[in-house]
Amino acid sequence: MTKEKFKKALDVIGLPRLIVCSFFFAIVITAAVSGIDVASYFSSTLKYWGMWAIIVLAMIPSIKCGIGPNFGVSLGIVCGLLGSLLAIELNIGASVDAVLPGFGPWAAILFAMVFAGVSSWFVGVGYGKILNLVKGSEMTVTTYIGYSAIYLMCIVWFRAPFRSGEIIWPVIGAGVRNSVSMESSFGSLFNDFLGFSIGGIYIPTGILLVMILACLCVHLYFRTKTGIAITAAGSNPTFARASGINVDKMRVKGIAISTMLGALGIVVYTQGFGYLQAYTAPLQMGFVCVASVLIGGATTTKASIAHVLIGTFIYQGLIIFTPPVSNHLLAGTDISDTMRQIIQNGVILYALTQTKGGSD
Amino acid sequence: MENEYVLKMEGIAKEYYGNRVLKGVELKVKRGEIHALMGENGAGKSTLMNILFGMPVIHSTGGFEGTIEFDGKPVNIDNPHTAMELGIGMVHQEFMLIPGFTVTENVKLGREITEPTVASSIFGKSLEKLDKPTMAADTRKALDTIGLGVEEYAMVAGMPVGYMQFVEIAREIDKTGIKLLIFDEPTAVLTETEAERLLDTMRVIASKGIAIIFITHRINEVIDVTDSMTVLRDGTFVDRLETKDTTAARIAELMIGRKVEKLVDDTDEDNRVISDDDIMLSLKDFYVEMPGEKVKGVDLQVRRGEVLGIGGLAGQGKVGIPNGILGLYPAEGEIIFDGEKVEPSKLGDALHKGIAFVSEDRRGVGLLLEESIEQNTIFTSMQIQGKFLKKFGPITQFDKKAAKEHTLNMIKALDIRCTGPDQYAGRLSGGNQQKVCLARAITMEPKLLVVSEPTRGIDIGAKKLVLELLAKMNREQGMTIIMVSSELNELRSLCDRIAIVSDGKLAGIFAPDASDAEYGLAMSGVTEGGQA
Repeated sequence: MTKEKFKKALDVIGLPRLIVCSFFFAIVITAAVSGIDVASYFSSTLKYWGMWAIIVLAMIPSIKCGIGPNFGVSLGIVCGLLGSLLAIELNIGASVDAVLPGFGPWAAILFAMVFAGVSSWFVGVGYGKILNLVKGSEMTVTTYIGYSAIYLMCIVWFRAPFRSGEIIWPVIGAGVRNSVSMESSFGSLFNDFLGFSIGGIYIPTGILLVMILACLCVHLYFRTKTGIAITAAGSNPTFARASGINVDKMRVKGIAISTMLGALGIVVYTQGFGYLQAYTAPLQMGFVCVASVLIGGATTTKASIAHVLIGTFIYQGLIIFTPPVSNHLLAGTDISDTMRQIIQNGVILYALTQTKGGSD
Repeated sequence: MENEYVLKMEGIAKEYYGNRVLKGVELKVKRGEIHALMGENGAGKSTLMNILFGMPVIHSTGGFEGTIEFDGKPVNIDNPHTAMELGIGMVHQEFMLIPGFTVTENVKLGREITEPTVASSIFGKSLEKLDKPTMAADTRKALDTIGLGVEEYAMVAGMPVGYMQFVEIAREIDKTGIKLLIFDEPTAVLTETEAERLLDTMRVIASKGIAIIFITHRINEVIDVTDSMTVLRDGTFVDRLETKDTTAARIAELMIGRKVEKLVDDTDEDNRVISDDDIMLSLKDFYVEMPGEKVKGVDLQVRRGEVLGIGGLAGQGKVGIPNGILGLYPAEGEIIFDGEKVEPSKLGDALHKGIAFVSEDRRGVGLLLEESIEQNTIFTSMQIQGKFLKKFGPITQFDKKAAKEHTLNMIKALDIRCTGPDQYAGRLSGGNQQKVCLARAITMEPKLLVVSEPTRGIDIGAKKLVLELLAKMNREQGMTIIMVSSELNELRSLCDRIAIVSDGKLAGIFAPDASDAEYGLAMSGVTEGGQA
């Protein structure tokens, strides 16, 4: 061995990934040693894993089609938020429940997803067309677009002519509150579905099933003719052209699917979180997604579903385990959010230093 | 006179990463003569000039063997600065001029004439003031020498290409003590009249006692203007000739040379029927806007069942033809394929109609380096013809089993050396990568196969295999093949007819056994015509 073997293994895993993973395991072990209730934090990690997985999945099509990590996934997120709000505004849950008792929340989430999916597709197509005009600086542009979308929607949220008492500012009689409770529509629907406890750990079966289903759909999509063409267009655009593929069209498709996954993802996230947070709450979500998939082993040019699952789990685990451990060790400080910022932005920065300049 | 030669390079040899590109070349240039350096692409002309100029690329790859004598004294030129100090100047093929500067500023760049100022007496020479009148006067003198009427204070940006070339020359002759001037294909970018002016200028410069090395492919220019020449072929020295003792045909023959190796064993009997009336592909007035390989109006007919070669020197447009047909670069003109019109502006149209293409740029265009051999083999066929897909209503799914089976067959048939169908194409050797490219083309089961530079960058053994494979597909399956190659020898060993492209136009179509002189002249753009 083994120096070479070790170096080779390190090359495969990547130094930052190794540090983040070791850090995660160190935190978990410290938690166990210091008598923190590991089981309950582990249950939360499982829950947040399922809630985030679909939004992080949105990174796969954008990376595969050659655009790179989609920092502007917020475009999809606002579509998803709009869909969820409309489900409350139109009171879909209660009206369906009156006819088919017990199916109200399912109808509400279905409505939210269909609206989110369709609207985000159109938004994504426009977004993709913009990105085709700025080849070579996609990552910068996606970041700006993501921020702009959030702030533009802040104005919309504030003045939007909603009528439902659960959404509006009571004083103004319109707009969207900072956080809207999902209890009356589809809050915790998947999280509680078929859930059970085992050895003190709560398994949120429903949300995990949704996560697996979403991964399966993405996997199958990238085995279709179009999916393979998208991958080829991202991997070598001139090769794809020589095989008669319209590369720009494939990029638009890739980014539209990414936006759509972002929209569906936020519906699932809101469902689990129990509250819908508009305004600047989703501002950092793009960065969380990018960091997650990179921690999982993706690069800015290659990503797989395994990267998404591993990365999301570790990232969410870190966020959930760090506060209790840091409070225990360094009582009275709030180092955990600082750690999260360092890890999140550090991993993104590292990945960017590894990209080779230009689009090809 | 004991040192009649201003430059004597002897026994020059150079290796790039184990590949000997120069094998004991000699170059001798007399004072005040115009000496041509001739050879095909890859003959070693640029390497020789890089050595003479002390370019870093030579010294960072292990230097060279042999001796250089300049002006009667042995010299060691280890960087371009030394070369300039000795009095060697170079007029580059790509202009090294700053567009936003005036002619004077460009001519005097780096050699400005300055006068002291108050600041410079304190802070040193870098703060001295430019002596513009003297600089302008010097420049005027240089411009007058070469007969360029342009104002010395004119901006270089926006000048015609020909003028830029002359400004570049003015810069070189303005240098004091210049003894040898190298012209690297100076006429390639010029119009005919500009080129003639340039040749006149060269005569003027030579008459002032400055020796000139003239690098060109154009034999008629060489006959016109030079006193003597050195011919290189494949990195070896062929001959040094006095221009007055030779002919264009003789030069062409020396440049091409008959290579003895036979690349294809033609033991299979040939029972193909090729008729002039059965046309597979016809190009009419075909233009392609491919940078560096422009096609400027070609009419060409390919008969069903034949192997047509397209040859010519680099940059003359031969590579543009297949890329234009496939629609990878903007093309104009009429393409009739098997009775159908092919629209080059519609991406993939040629593929849909049954033309398969193997690109000259294997790693850039030809392969998905980060994907498996299997994906590379079936990709185009799947996208264009819908093979290797299972259909569930409107939803398609990749048929891994069929793809694997097909790829295994291809690996066996083409003898691709790999660990299996899942190995990444990027990990294969050049020859095996080329076979994967061919496998993809064959998977399309095309009516016409277009291969561009199929043997570029692969070793001799793999070359032979690739060529034999092409021959086999043509003889056994009756596939019509267009083969574009820089290696004439390769074309001659496989093709039924060889079209030579020069300056974006068809210079002639020849039989494979036509003489070297005929090929050489056509490549150099001397004659039109030739029929087979």
